[in-house]
Amino acid sequence: MNQFRLLLALVAAVSLAGCDSTRTLPDPEPDDTVYGDTGSGADTGGYDDGSMGDGEYLDSDLSGGELSNVIYFEFDSSDLGSEYTDIVQRHAMQLANNPGAEVRLEGHADERGSREYNIGLGERRSQTVRRMLLIQGAAASQIQTVSFGEERPASFGSSEQDYALNRRVEIVYIN
Amino acid sequence: MTRTANVIRKTFLIVTMLAISTAHAELTIEITEGGVQRTPVAVVPFGWEGQDANAPFDVAEVISSDLYRSGRFDPLPERDMLQKPTSGADIDFDDWSILGVEAVVVGKVTQTGDNAYSIQFQLLDPLRRIQLVGYRMPASRGTMRHVAHRAADMIYEKLTGIQGVFATKVAFVTAERSNAGSRYRLLVADQDGENEYVIMESKDPIMSPAWSPDSRRLAYVSFEGNKSSIWVQTLRTGNRIAVSKEPGINGAPSFSPDGRKLVLTLGGVDGNLDIYVLDINARKKTRLTTHRAIDTEGSWSPDGKYIYFTSDRSGGPQIYRVPATGGTPERVTFEGSYNARPRLSPNGEKLAMVHNDRGNYRIAVMDLERKDLLVLSAGRQDESPSFAPNSDILIYATRSGRNGVLESVSADGLIRQKLESGRGDVREPVWSPFPRF
Repeated sequence: MNQFRLLLALVAAVSLAGCDSTRTLPDPEPDDTVYGDTGSGADTGGYDDGSMGDGEYLDSDLSGGELSNVIYFEFDSSDLGSEYTDIVQRHAMQLANNPGAEVRLEGHADERGSREYNIGLGERRSQTVRRMLLIQGAAASQIQTVSFGEERPASFGSSEQDYALNRRVEIVYIN
Repeated sequence: MTRTANVIRKTFLIVTMLAISTAHAELTIEITEGGVQRTPVAVVPFGWEGQDANAPFDVAEVISSDLYRSGRFDPLPERDMLQKPTSGADIDFDDWSILGVEAVVVGKVTQTGDNAYSIQFQLLDPLRRIQLVGYRMPASRGTMRHVAHRAADMIYEKLTGIQGVFATKVAFVTAERSNAGSRYRLLVADQDGENEYVIMESKDPIMSPAWSPDSRRLAYVSFEGNKSSIWVQTLRTGNRIAVSKEPGINGAPSFSPDGRKLVLTLGGVDGNLDIYVLDINARKKTRLTTHRAIDTEGSWSPDGKYIYFTSDRSGGPQIYRVPATGGTPERVTFEGSYNARPRLSPNGEKLAMVHNDRGNYRIAVMDLERKDLLVLSAGRQDESPSFAPNSDILIYATRSGRNGVLESVSADGLIRQKLESGRGDVREPVWSPFPRF
């Protein structure tokens, strides 16, 4: 667990380091929920430590910026867009490196069409992400899937833009 | 051939709009469009014999409202009545035929005990000068509204030949969003929006309510704990049991005609949605489909022989059916790129579905014998069709602005009503079976 927290802190730290100058610096009293319970000192300390045994992970992070937990999908599709392969890979590595970690993949659909069929579409998207995580080293026991269909939209309107924001899988760390 | 009820409707008068609203009801009803000639009728205020000065309940008003909301009748305003008889013996038929009224309802409420009453009514034909039906029913203050609806049902059936559904109920789901988060509620109300009560309330989504055939239980899907599970809840006691809590998807429950089984959808760890039949008492699940496509939204035919369901095994969602005891699925719908959520009419003649009509998701009904499709709704995002137990009306969810509202439409598409919600987002209406006495 601690190791996992540390990794999250590293992610946060590197994402800050990789940001451009327009981003405001964190408050003097950083929000613990964002940076983990290692405190503000971890921001740079963790990064300078370098490896923690995993140089590849850090490299990947430098190029990718902040690790997103949301993956969006095209209309009527459960195919993973190429822009998301790196993100899923990094989540897979987090899971592989932290056998105690668990995620819940929450699949969602836009509001069009029938509700229970949309549950199916959301699940299909969760399963796409699940398969990618498994292929890349996560264990089946680390992954739950749930589909909320159109029941929990991220955006409440009915425009194409809202629909695009709602067709998604959220990767939620539950352990 | 798609006949669009839209076209038919536009040629008729658009009737707006009487809102029958009460303080606590979440649903109020207005007739938005009516496409049939309304028959002029009169419901005379009921007489009262009892201790107090006035009757505890206006029975005639409920009957009159029911007949008006059916879209088929035009009750005469009380001020235009030339006489107000309370029994058939006192009626002067000429006073009614001169007004063009084709049927007159008279009646009275008699107190027979502390909280015991007798409600009697007579339906009379002033042209033929005969009584069409007369009936007397016991009631308490608590049951008087229900008894009035039953009287309206008998009157409606006598005049139209179609069984009335005024004494039935509707279950539906609401979602309310606030800064504190979402609240989902499963509610049951009389079909006119009265007597609403909350069956289940949660911060997590509630979906897919389904009535048991005896209308005493509701099955539904709950996402409490961020997992889907299927519950069966007894309405009178509020007791509920989890009947399916498998890993992955537990969805789309629907009762068998004998009430002993549920058809439902399970996805499993690998997320392959298939149709299962659950024997509720034996807790035994039987798998009916094995295709790797999405198979969901199972629904029994009223004779119990088939289960209709949605599958996208051909690419997009279409409706299929499979023998309830197992067998090879056969495709039922071929018209259009999207047909989902099948529901059979209780008389077994029609199949309601969500149909993509030129980019809009609308309610359509297919005649199972003639195979023709009739689009009944006119929204962009209509869903969850449910037949009234008389097979003559459907209720479904549509949009009004950002909120979900309910509408009902006659199966011929000619009469449409909107049920306006007081708060939040209303969806997934399901009409109860006929009440059993």
